[in-house]
Amino acid sequence: MSTMRETKLTSDSTIERWLDAYHRMATIRAFEERVNELYRSAKMPGLAHLYIGEEAVAVGICMALRKDDYITSTHRGHGHCLAKGAAADRMFAELLGKEPGYCRGKGGSMHIADHENGNLGANAIVAGSTGIATGAAMSAKMRSTDQVAVCFFGEGALGQGVLYEVMNMASLWKLPVIYACENNLYNEYTHYSETTAGDLVARGEAFGIAAEQVDGQDVRAVFDAAVRAVARARRGDGPTFLVLNTYRFHGHHVGDVDRSYYRSEEEETEWKSERDPIELLTGWLREQGVVAETLAQIGSEAQQEVEAGVEFALAAAYPDESEVDQHVFA
Amino acid sequence: MSSPSAVAAQPGTRELTLSQAVNEALAEEMRRDASVFIVGEDVAEAGTPFKVLSGLVEEFGPERVIDSPISEAGISGIGLGAAMTGMRPVVDIMFGDFMTLVMDQLVNQAAKIHYMSGGRLKAPLTIRTTLGATRRSAAQHSQSLHALVAHVPGVKVVLPATPYDAKGLFKAAIREDNPVVVFEDKMMFAVKGPVPEEEYVLPLGVADVKREGEDVTLVATSSMVYVALDAAEQLAADGVSVEIVDPRTLVPLDRETIVASARKTGRAIVIDEGHRSYGVGAELAALIAEDAFYDLDAPVRRMCAMDVPIPFSPVLEDLTVPTADTVAAEARRLVGKE
Repeated sequence: MSTMRETKLTSDSTIERWLDAYHRMATIRAFEERVNELYRSAKMPGLAHLYIGEEAVAVGICMALRKDDYITSTHRGHGHCLAKGAAADRMFAELLGKEPGYCRGKGGSMHIADHENGNLGANAIVAGSTGIATGAAMSAKMRSTDQVAVCFFGEGALGQGVLYEVMNMASLWKLPVIYACENNLYNEYTHYSETTAGDLVARGEAFGIAAEQVDGQDVRAVFDAAVRAVARARRGDGPTFLVLNTYRFHGHHVGDVDRSYYRSEEEETEWKSERDPIELLTGWLREQGVVAETLAQIGSEAQQEVEAGVEFALAAAYPDESEVDQHVFA
Repeated sequence: MSSPSAVAAQPGTRELTLSQAVNEALAEEMRRDASVFIVGEDVAEAGTPFKVLSGLVEEFGPERVIDSPISEAGISGIGLGAAMTGMRPVVDIMFGDFMTLVMDQLVNQAAKIHYMSGGRLKAPLTIRTTLGATRRSAAQHSQSLHALVAHVPGVKVVLPATPYDAKGLFKAAIREDNPVVVFEDKMMFAVKGPVPEEEYVLPLGVADVKREGEDVTLVATSSMVYVALDAAEQLAADGVSVEIVDPRTLVPLDRETIVASARKTGRAIVIDEGHRSYGVGAELAALIAEDAFYDLDAPVRRMCAMDVPIPFSPVLEDLTVPTADTVAAEARRLVGKE
């Protein structure tokens, strides 16, 4: 089952493209809302870091990619997985530790990998996948393909040294990698301004990397920036560093409910009411003449796909106990 | 250091240094497979500070013999990403001490990617680095940290002692679909030994009996094989017959050969250059104690590096690691010939 429509980069219809974007974003939103419910009803073990509020970043960037392009993702990775083409049913199965999950239940929420769609895996070490993405870009260059690699990470990763090691090499060696820094304002429970000196964009510029700041709530702006970055990478002009300003509507993880000690309710309300990426795209589509029923229909389809995915996962089998020591080595 | 006396040059072999054997292994694999490349600090024109890789950049060019910045974590991560997407990288970590900078990429990433992805992703990544003291290089360039790596499921660990083993095992490591760390003792690069003219690959997980004997088993890793061989000569003069087992790889470990030797002789000393506590010596001693207990005539002994940072002063440094004299003395105690 695929929850995403095929990307139509060459589509004649611009509206069609943004309806596709709407579908992807609505799917991620519905997926994450169901994760929240599953977790709160104790059906899902472990940890869940919701992507709600940041959907335009993953969707805008992945719409500019081909299926054979690579991504690496983070602990907050469900949105990236879905946007790159993963199916909701196998993702839910993974979240519940079930055998048909993308990783046979051995990875869980923070480690979903879907290599048939170029997803080299979510990563629970902050900045842990920056080397992998950069290495995938180096591999693409060495194999003379024109694939690109996108490294998604949060602004918290700006505190990790390995990021700068690989950015340095990506620039030196003109690697086709895009560093997508999702600035959702909070390193877990701490505002990024308390942890991050200087200017964010300048961190890319310091390495001679093309860098820009993008409104991460505007999927069309994200897509445009991604298209520029992908073109730069494919023509051999090296990496791009994007700072995508966004917001995490929920807590750091599902259990993070009492947030008043680190951010105000007013701030949350303002982002949710004024800067919801799905609402912003809805507004633009309506201005273009798309009727509300069309969007409601797409939303309902997304909801149904997600619901079917949950049912599939709940009914699926757990891995056999004999799997515990399988796959230690290839 | 002398070559193992058990292996003399045969027809169809020539004498190579361990350094030449490593160089030849990599060159052969790079000729055979276009996806093999090496990245590391000063690996190209410099050929590494130990000159092990001299000549490779001339043959394969800077696109496949890549000088990197001084970024051990970064090159390991990049190596891993390349390994996951169709390449077979060798990452050169100049000193084993710098493995501490690689640990997130190795322990949290490379070691787990195959398991964590339910078998869907593979990481055919080889890291070559060093171990070994007595080079007067002090505490941050003399450690033998292979136990730290061997502790983590998902990584294979290779400890060659001879040029023959170094070549055959390195080639196997490069062909592995798993992360492998090869630790070469930096004091052994000039050691010579016979290496066949013909191409060969040695399997990982097969120990080698470097000397056969009856009275006591010395299980020795890496350069400790030479310490054991020298001790065995001393002991032979005293009428003590020594068997030497070189595991050659810690992961996978050839338990059967080690246990069989201990059961045969009834006495075992494990010799490893890592620190004594919580280390490879402890693991091998535990294996023998568990599986050969009823055939043992004496407790298993461990001889390892002392539990101190490696000191600079030669007088002190030489005290920290097993030597032929200390091993021979321990073996005499074990067989009651003090």
